[in-house]
Amino acid sequence: MSERVADTSGMDTVQPPPTGLRLAWYRARRSVKTPTPYLMVFGVALWLVTYSLLTEILKVPRFEKIPGPIEVITEWLSPDPAWGMSLFTEAYLINIYVSCRRILIAFGIATGIGVPLGLFMGWSKRFRDYSFPILETLRPIPILAWVPLAIIMFSGFETPILFLATLASLFVTTLNTLLGVDSIDESYFRAAGCLGSKPRHVFWHVVLPGAMPFIFTGLQISVGVAWFSLVAAEMISGDYGLGYMIMDSYMINTYVSMVMAMITLGFVGWATSAMVRAVGNRMMQWRIRALALEGR
Amino acid sequence: MAEHPTVHAAVAPGPGRAVPLRRTRLQKLLENTTLWRGIVAIVGFILFWEVCSQWKGWFGYQIPWIGKVAPPSDVMAVWMDILPQPGYWESWYLSTFRVFLGFAIAQVIGIPFGLALAVNKYFRDVFFPPFEVLRPIPPLAWVPAAIIFWPTTELSITFVTFLGAFFTIVINVLGGARSIDGRYLRAAQSMGASQWDLFRRIILPGTLPSIFTGAAVGMGITWEVVLAAEMISGGGQQAGGGLGFFIWSSFMGGSIEQVIVGMISIGIAGYLSSSAIRYLGSVCMPWRRLF
Amino acid sequence: MPESATETPGAGITAQAPAPAAKATRGAISIRNVTKIYDPEGVNVMAVDDCSLEIAAGEVCMIVGPSGCGKTTLLNAIAGFHSITFGEIYLDGQLLCGPEKPLADQGADRVVVFQNGALFPWKTLLQNVAYGPIVQETMGKAEALEKAADMLAEAGLADMAKKFPGEVSSGMARRAEIVRALINDPKVLLLDEPYRAMDALTKSIMHEALLEMYDRTKVTMFFITHDLEEAIFLGDRVVVLTTRPAKTKKIVDVKIPRPRDYRLLGSEEFRLLVSEAKGAVHEEAIKAFEAGERELA
Repeated sequence: MSERVADTSGMDTVQPPPTGLRLAWYRARRSVKTPTPYLMVFGVALWLVTYSLLTEILKVPRFEKIPGPIEVITEWLSPDPAWGMSLFTEAYLINIYVSCRRILIAFGIATGIGVPLGLFMGWSKRFRDYSFPILETLRPIPILAWVPLAIIMFSGFETPILFLATLASLFVTTLNTLLGVDSIDESYFRAAGCLGSKPRHVFWHVVLPGAMPFIFTGLQISVGVAWFSLVAAEMISGDYGLGYMIMDSYMINTYVSMVMAMITLGFVGWATSAMVRAVGNRMMQWRIRALALEGR
Repeated sequence: MAEHPTVHAAVAPGPGRAVPLRRTRLQKLLENTTLWRGIVAIVGFILFWEVCSQWKGWFGYQIPWIGKVAPPSDVMAVWMDILPQPGYWESWYLSTFRVFLGFAIAQVIGIPFGLALAVNKYFRDVFFPPFEVLRPIPPLAWVPAAIIFWPTTELSITFVTFLGAFFTIVINVLGGARSIDGRYLRAAQSMGASQWDLFRRIILPGTLPSIFTGAAVGMGITWEVVLAAEMISGGGQQAGGGLGFFIWSSFMGGSIEQVIVGMISIGIAGYLSSSAIRYLGSVCMPWRRLF
Repeated sequence: MPESATETPGAGITAQAPAPAAKATRGAISIRNVTKIYDPEGVNVMAVDDCSLEIAAGEVCMIVGPSGCGKTTLLNAIAGFHSITFGEIYLDGQLLCGPEKPLADQGADRVVVFQNGALFPWKTLLQNVAYGPIVQETMGKAEALEKAADMLAEAGLADMAKKFPGEVSSGMARRAEIVRALINDPKVLLLDEPYRAMDALTKSIMHEALLEMYDRTKVTMFFITHDLEEAIFLGDRVVVLTTRPAKTKKIVDVKIPRPRDYRLLGSEEFRLLVSEAKGAVHEEAIKAFEAGERELA
């Protein structure tokens, strides 16, 4: 809401509204004049202090078993960690690298298959009639229920894990792409038709760009779902990776590394979804600019 | 008018103008190509699976990947054997109970928390950031921590289940409550509504659609989490049982047929739960029957 | 109105038009006994009942009627978006749709300007305008873009060419949409309440721009509207339809010479025509309101 003042002035002078860094800087300058950033810092601090009090300082029963924030941060930054894992040890970095590489592969395959599949399903009624029921039959089965089957079908560690993460994001991507095609206003198809388009033009100029907002919403969810399944798969049957690090630390009672892996997962998961969003924003300038003018 | 060469008044009906007959519901159903194509697709899929799985037995060559899966006919036979066994239904009961317990707690805590975040700006500024910090951690990553923290495995499963649904529910409630059209609030205020009236008559019903959307998504995640938690922790300990454990122990016992029976069962269970939520949604929101 | 009473609209206007306009020789639409029955849920709803209408080449034919009466159904039938149940529609003597072929082919000879606007939001105005010639392969890409830029400049949109539709006002977007239609050199322009959501001031600017455009191109227009003043200000003929199922109820000939401008709005002649049409429309509007049915597409 508070951005509206700036945006209307942009409209009057027919200049493009500030974008990217300039917009971020402008917003940051305005927001330090409101209580919001201070309250945010306060909120996070409050949470950290409570967490620390419960686990490290007061050592409340049950909470004392969980490693506290100070312990985790000292360990994380220590070049010579007491429990074997820190920012400076190779094992920790390898786990991050392995998980990220798996996500990249799984997400890449799922996007490469899911987006075209969803687009074709939305575009051709016949193809959709045949393929959608199969998708809908398989979709209610939780991804985790596929674990044993994946292990039976693909031997080794790597392929089953990749299969599970791919499958999870494939469903999400395909369905969101399909929804995206459905969401395109009929009049765009009609406009394309009466301007003399052939079916392939409709596909490239209407179906694909029109579904783009939904595709990127879907991709953001899909990358989250991929992490979810990846962690589960790595926990159940893994050799490396952050999920494995959690499970392994639990087994050998190095709880500090476990919490470290959890926090790392949260951060990496957030970073990947932010990257997907950034790519989406770059590819949909038309939408970003229109939304900016509406003050959103 | 008369000189205008192009004007015609309404012309008498031409010959052969028979109005098409109305069709009955059954006729429409039979003419529904989407339905028939769906049936063809599913039958085709099952046949494909059967043929691929049987290929080795018939032709002596194993098709990669899918060739290792048990054929649907064997799965059905095993399922029929298992169906009368009480242990199988015990698994159903245990999993369903865990799902609904975790889910219910998540609703009870998540909806008020989400509404509070939406209604009060200061509350949101303080509590939303830590919430956002914790949200990206996949729920399953909490499993070991939960096992360490909670005295029984059952409680830790419930806790992880709760977490799985909680984040989704809160985000949906918050989004829904904040997107309520301000005109409704102003209209109610101009008619003299109190703060409580605004909350009770506008914000709550206005958020209902998002509550149900969140519930439907949360339900899916809950099944996922319960299954995983059972698979990870259920290995014959105090909190054994459940469909996840059923799948895992069938896998350990080497019965692929049973694994698939478990997968299908949990698919049915998940589907039934989300149908129940949809039904509840249409009962609670008569103005949105299309939901 | 004796001065133009014996002339066909197209011919009469050409003589008086200041610009060296093309003589309208194409774009005659003939709607013969068209009936459209929707069958959504096994319940037949008759949207158009035995409607006949002849539109001359280069005529601006305004279609007026109550909400949901089937005006858009007729437009959709001409454009090829919906099939018709009975009757035929011809364009310049060529059959568009008829008993053997209930759904007309879509083509760039009949371009539609949509009610809520259908510029592709993911293309700039320039790309939108150039789209038609590019996909029809009537021009190369560079040529099409150049032509599009020229036409946008002619419509006063030179500064806006690189902007997305979401960034410009609805009036500008609508003007660009008409340019996007005209670049294809259509025989007929089908306009479905294009100025519906606009305020009166914007509307009057849009009207003058449209009239100016018409005087240049003499393209046949099939223009649906609710606004009687708009209808009489713009049109050669105003066809009042009945409430659903739609039939022609009354045809008002507007024999006001072109070019027209806003001063016409205050004239006695104009107000007489408006009140003549208003009588017919009002009666139907009451019927439609009392029927209270939900509008169909």
